[in-house]
Amino acid sequence: MRLDVKKTYKLFIGGAFPRSESGRSYEIKNKRGQFIANPAQASRKDLRDAVLAAKNAHPGWSGATAFNRGQILYRIAEMLEGRTSQFVDEIVATTGVTSSVAKQEVSAAIDRWVWYAGWCDKITSVSGNNNPIAGPYYNFTIPESLGVIGIVAEEKDSLIGLVRSLAPIIAGGNTSVLIASQSRPLAAVTLAEVLATSDLPAGVVNILTGIKTELAPWLASHMEIDGLDLSGIDSIAELRVSGAENLKRIHTFEKDVSPERILAFMEYKTIWHPVGI
Amino acid sequence: MNKFEYAPAPESRSVVKIQKDYDLFIGGKFVSANSNKRFTTINPATEEILSKVSLANGKDVDRAVKAARTALNKTWAKTKPKERAKYLYRIARILQERAREFAVLESLDNGKPIRESRDVDIPLAAAHFFYHAGWADKLEYAGFGDRPRPHGVVGQIIPWNFPLLMLSWKIAPALATGNTVVLKPAETTPLTALLFAEVCQQAELPDGVVNIITGDGSTGAALVNHKDIDKVAFTGSTEVGKLIACSIAERGIPATLELGGKGANIVFDDAPIDEAVEGIVNGIFFNQGHVCCAGSRLLLQENIADEFLIRLKDRMTKIRVGDPLDKNTDLGAINSSAQLAKIKEISDSGDKEGATLWSAPCSLPAKGFWYPPTIFTGVTQAHRIAREEIFGPVLSILTFRTPREAIEKANNTPYGLSAGIWTEKGSKILWAAQQLKAGVIWANTFNKFDPASPFGGYKESGWGREGGRHGLGAYLKIGKGAK
Repeated sequence: MRLDVKKTYKLFIGGAFPRSESGRSYEIKNKRGQFIANPAQASRKDLRDAVLAAKNAHPGWSGATAFNRGQILYRIAEMLEGRTSQFVDEIVATTGVTSSVAKQEVSAAIDRWVWYAGWCDKITSVSGNNNPIAGPYYNFTIPESLGVIGIVAEEKDSLIGLVRSLAPIIAGGNTSVLIASQSRPLAAVTLAEVLATSDLPAGVVNILTGIKTELAPWLASHMEIDGLDLSGIDSIAELRVSGAENLKRIHTFEKDVSPERILAFMEYKTIWHPVGI
Repeated sequence: MNKFEYAPAPESRSVVKIQKDYDLFIGGKFVSANSNKRFTTINPATEEILSKVSLANGKDVDRAVKAARTALNKTWAKTKPKERAKYLYRIARILQERAREFAVLESLDNGKPIRESRDVDIPLAAAHFFYHAGWADKLEYAGFGDRPRPHGVVGQIIPWNFPLLMLSWKIAPALATGNTVVLKPAETTPLTALLFAEVCQQAELPDGVVNIITGDGSTGAALVNHKDIDKVAFTGSTEVGKLIACSIAERGIPATLELGGKGANIVFDDAPIDEAVEGIVNGIFFNQGHVCCAGSRLLLQENIADEFLIRLKDRMTKIRVGDPLDKNTDLGAINSSAQLAKIKEISDSGDKEGATLWSAPCSLPAKGFWYPPTIFTGVTQAHRIAREEIFGPVLSILTFRTPREAIEKANNTPYGLSAGIWTEKGSKILWAAQQLKAGVIWANTFNKFDPASPFGGYKESGWGREGGRHGLGAYLKIGKGAK
């Protein structure tokens, strides 16, 4: 009998896969209480490293052409498709659902990436416009990415929940620091492997595994984070208060897919110039 | 060139009738405040007491919110969009008819030059109602889905720098989208909002759709904290904006926040210098610098800095400071003694920290609150005058060598409301406009406003936009919340 070679589930920061600087990990068990893995338990320092990586990646990613971003998001879908069976196995292992249910989730996640890939070079057209002002000026409004967005991913749907939040945020040109589902972090770490092989520049997405209630307050209070998607955490009032220190744009979402998820983390810029000879 | 001497040309006050005191406007009527307290509002140019207005307390706020809720449920939600539009058109027309009266009252209560209240504030306020009127029955075409819904009752708090204009920025989109409002004008400039209440009566706007409650910070806090408001809209300081963000954290209701700024006005060496000088002067001395989007940091390319400063100082000596009601006046009174003290305090810090102060030589009236047009040179990015919003006629001047350095310095602030670019080179304008982290960018112009143009800031300058198609979204339940 051949013994399985098991994977070490690590963090994803700045395109690399480090362990937590704290040396901590925590145990993941399946529904029957059997051991699955010891993913890294990220610390505040790991989170700050991730924010720095995201901050440094922002000029390049937001400055890339929308066409280029769309191609990379589509590439993510391609890579995910090729790894379907691996995700199915991990979802089955952590949640106990049947493989056909897990397969549906993976397919849906792939389709979300394809949908948002197409949005990259369209969101400006549908949300920006020229403004007919009463004077000799040319005036237009365009959406721009906000910057670094912190995401607390949904707890239950370990893959699709994460993609629901992440895909629109990077489609809009933001970079991100994502805290994975605490009880089901495996799909997030494996998604990092997909992202790392999709031509996505290092630092655009950074993924932390660990204890949400420990990490989320640091995410909310970090002054280099510009927005928060708190879809995956229940009590957010205190996080809103911390986020008010630099007036983070804080959202939770009910709709699964919507261009509003992209626009929620974009900022409108209006530019005036005189017209004349 | 010598300064032209102009004979005084004061606008007549006779067009305005100010009452001795004012009640609160709740449910379509003026009613006395539960608090039984009043406070005075003065003319900052003379310190003359203009009137006494009511101080709304928590019970008054509650009455106003109830009136707005009742109006929402009983009349406004049932008013057809096309009829809602017509109420707004009526208001726009009445504001135009009574424009001179509003302009004089605004200048009396605020201290701003009549030239600005007459030519900017009041026409723009009327234009805001006219613009938004047309949206009322076209919301399903505005790009927010086919069934955009109002939030409900909106609590609105406005500042003292553009009293009626800020009122129109708040009330026009709220009403067009089917909300009802409770609005609190600023403590030092309540009079045009109270006159606007009369306009609502003349327009036969259903009772309670607009409620106006005067008061101080405690009134504003009571409004923000009231459990039955569905949205907050605030224009004012970043400090208060953050407090509001905290106080609505538990309820999670939406907010529009238009907050402070420290706008950079960048002049490249290939700029049209005369136009740029004019634009810099307008950028910082318009409305005494009491402008959240003021171009309060001038970034000059080093090789033109000396020449530019000579021309700027020369232009500044020609700014006429004095009686706001004089049609020749360029720079009026500082809005309050508190604001004057704040301007002096931060300016003093500039002096102490090593920057060089220069004020245009001008004689200031003996009574009232006044500050001369002032610039600081030798400013570094660490100076308070380069970092903090002064909200007065004080310009901090820094220099740069390369375009990238200019952008770096311009973006080196927690604010992100406005920025200016001066160059004749088109590609440089578009490049700089892309790099600048600001919600409104004026290229080869500054301080231009229009109801069709969205206004609002990046970063700590606030949340959301006001005006234009984008501003409507802030008053509608769209996408993310609505299923």
